[in-house]
Amino acid sequence: MSDPVYKTDALIAQDIDAYLETHQHKTMLRFITCGSVDDGKSTLIGRLLYDSKMIFEDQLAALEADSKRVGTQGQEIDFALLVDGLAAEREQGITIDVAYRFFATEKRKFIVADTPGHEQYTRNMVTGASTADLAVILIDARKGVLTQTRRHSYLVNLLGIKNIVLAVNKMDLVGYDQAVFDRIVADYSAFAAQIGLAGFTAIPISGFRGDNITAPSAHTPWYMGPALLPHLESVEVDASADQAKPFRLPVQWVNRPNLDFRGFAGMIASGVVRPGDEVRVLPSGKTSTVARIVALEGDRDLAVAGESVTLTLTDEIDCSRGQVIVAAKSPLEVADQFEAAVVWMDEVEMVPGRAYWLKIGTQTVSATLSPPKYEINVNTQEHLAAKTLDLNAIGVATVTTDREIPFAPYAESRDLGGFILIDKLTNRTVGAGILHFSLRRASNIHWQATDITREHHASMKHQKPAVVWLTGLSGSGKSTIANALEKKLARMNRHTFLLDGDNVRHGLNKDLGFTEADRVENIRRVGEVAKLMTDAGLIVITAFISPFRSERDMVRGMMQPGEFVEVFVDTPLSVAEGRDVKGLYAKARSGQLKNFTGIDSPYEAPETPELRIDTTAMSVEEAADLIIARLIP
Amino acid sequence: MSVKTLTHLQRLEAESIHILREVVAEAEKPVMLYSVGKDSAVMLHLAKKAFYPAPPPFPLLHVDTTWKFQDMYKLRDKAAAQAGMELLVYQNPEAKERGINPFDHGSLHTDMWKTEGLKQALDLYGFDAAFGGARRDEEKSRAKERVFSFRSANHRWDPKNQRPELWRLYNARKARGESMRVFPISNWTELDIWQYIHLEGIEIVPLYFSAPRPTVKRDGLILMVDDDRFPLREGEEPVMRSVRFRTLGCYPLTGAVESEAQTLPEVIQEMLLTTTSERQGRAIDHDQAASMEKKKQEGYF
Repeated sequence: MSDPVYKTDALIAQDIDAYLETHQHKTMLRFITCGSVDDGKSTLIGRLLYDSKMIFEDQLAALEADSKRVGTQGQEIDFALLVDGLAAEREQGITIDVAYRFFATEKRKFIVADTPGHEQYTRNMVTGASTADLAVILIDARKGVLTQTRRHSYLVNLLGIKNIVLAVNKMDLVGYDQAVFDRIVADYSAFAAQIGLAGFTAIPISGFRGDNITAPSAHTPWYMGPALLPHLESVEVDASADQAKPFRLPVQWVNRPNLDFRGFAGMIASGVVRPGDEVRVLPSGKTSTVARIVALEGDRDLAVAGESVTLTLTDEIDCSRGQVIVAAKSPLEVADQFEAAVVWMDEVEMVPGRAYWLKIGTQTVSATLSPPKYEINVNTQEHLAAKTLDLNAIGVATVTTDREIPFAPYAESRDLGGFILIDKLTNRTVGAGILHFSLRRASNIHWQATDITREHHASMKHQKPAVVWLTGLSGSGKSTIANALEKKLARMNRHTFLLDGDNVRHGLNKDLGFTEADRVENIRRVGEVAKLMTDAGLIVITAFISPFRSERDMVRGMMQPGEFVEVFVDTPLSVAEGRDVKGLYAKARSGQLKNFTGIDSPYEAPETPELRIDTTAMSVEEAADLIIARLIP
Repeated sequence: MSVKTLTHLQRLEAESIHILREVVAEAEKPVMLYSVGKDSAVMLHLAKKAFYPAPPPFPLLHVDTTWKFQDMYKLRDKAAAQAGMELLVYQNPEAKERGINPFDHGSLHTDMWKTEGLKQALDLYGFDAAFGGARRDEEKSRAKERVFSFRSANHRWDPKNQRPELWRLYNARKARGESMRVFPISNWTELDIWQYIHLEGIEIVPLYFSAPRPTVKRDGLILMVDDDRFPLREGEEPVMRSVRFRTLGCYPLTGAVESEAQTLPEVIQEMLLTTTSERQGRAIDHDQAASMEKKKQEGYF
């Protein structure tokens, strides 16, 4: 076993001040290792920690004991045991999440994202790759370029990592044969060209034996390139390239300790900034000049990409969290519709048309996704037809935001082109994506202003428009109550329209079925129609099961404040099923009818509806009167 | 074309400040857990930088066990005052009433004063986000801890239900009653912490530096007799030893190391040349293999 060569004890012991001085000027490299347990990934990371002396004696003692007990390397040290984390994983012998490891050499501090390489863990690999400057792709020399190598390379390329190391591992098991190495490199080059990988550095190594890890190995005299660690120490980091790009600062927080100070705080995404620079605030487009770069240790005259700063401007202009301060002469594009690659990360599949929170930079907006244009097979890079995206699936879709946002294509800026998607109900991070480019559709269709306004329509009818949204199980009594309500309103000379679930499905929504995605689209269309009708001044009554909270909230969001009246027709399942006016429950129970709400599809009851009607305690007439009392106080 | 190359400490600092600001922008009522140790000192310093010229817009919370070193209490009050921040000190009333102490109650001491005390304090004040100074390099199970770590309404941590963290995008949304623990210095190592303290001139508790202190050796640890509540066993006599501490906690649970390091560079030098990992000085880790993971699930930091 080779001796650890890093961490110069001599300098530490003799001149600690000199040592500290050197180490304060170290740079940092974040990298991801891709490969499965079989490729010796954990062993390689363990080896890097060991060779850079990041392992203390007590840990080493524990490691030796563990190696004998559960190790897979016989009596030798099993470096993999150093990096396996959670208890359950140790027992299973696989890592199932992203773990971050740290080590340092004379020149650099390293943060390693250690992620499992199995197909079902695409989510984790994408997470680890999102913050990496470099990727180490491991190949078992005995097996060569495999499907998983292609998958890892594809994902690393998708996430925009430009520095790639192809570590051909286990060279000791192929007798350090140059021909084996050369063949693998040739295979990989051909594949890299196919997926558009710009370049890579191939290194023959043995993580287990320590060949070409810290220094050139005597076993591979034919290899003239750098050993792995020296390469990691010298490769140029993206951060420097970011400084050459135009200045962009997503505003994270506005600092207002008193009326005399207004600072805009955030991390610089790209470029450099100095006092006196002309800047523009997006999306408003207002311009100003940087007055100061404020810092605890005193004002600064320069700040660069990757630094967290606080700026003040010479003018009192409106600027809040989510906006982006940019170089005045090179503004960002602003748009509300995009083509994006989306990685789905949740057990619940993506629902096209459903509104999710989209967080990009420091801004969170509401967004919907179209059905995928195609899904990508991460193993073969083939395009497949898809209606949705499941956990770990990657596809390309149209993303539409509820307002215009400043952005940059991901290829230009990770900070302004990478986004996450958050489920509005569960708050889980369900997906991540990268913006390719804006679709010009939204900006080409202008809103045509009309002279006769919605207020005019309403005043001619002497009424306040509203949407009475009845929601509840099938057979709960929605249509019956809706009908009674409309009759009563008609007698009061109110202009109404009743949109009934069954009726709409005969025409407007004839093309939709009962899957979750179709149900969402069904409600979206009804919402849009109801909105047009309120613009026309009508009181709209709708009777739809509308089982999902997100879609009801989506429709609520379309309407003017106060115009949406959610009425929960609260009938217990047993009662509704007992009534079974249309015989649907019987069909659902016998399996003839799929996706039936309350049976094999969920109903999410409203949490705070405007009105709740308990049909077991109230007559139809009473229910209708209750709603009228709410509409016409 | 690089105008200025950022060092590893500058990148770490920028990331931590970004995290601190993100929480303030998104959480309703954040708080910073302040344990008076070196990691807390760095975290507090970063908070001052993040919000300057305003003071950090949240209070400091010290979940006290009544068994910390005297020197820690002194620096705690001073540091809070200097930062212009409100200092909240919470002591679990039940632990106080029952006289829970590290000598008689073993792991119950940590459980009641720290784990339960922390939950009670967060509930009492209704904090929805708590900054903590944990680092990923401290212990194996922490290597996978998220920066934003979500806790259910009863403060439990579910390792299977943590959110993926991509780029610099943190999802801070949560339901009412749920809370998050946020670790701004996740990516710092022990050496980074020391170097930063040295570089920025951050004040730390004198206990980190060597001095003659009254100590006894017990169960393989050198313990400091910090006050007269320390029950001496038969034959035990406090001996003055030149010692310092690598980590700080409750004085009866924190082992000292014999040392002559009296300046920061000397402390760093000793740390670099030393051969045992940081947490060995803390008694709570030795209980069982996956002990930290288990404690975390129960709500300990």
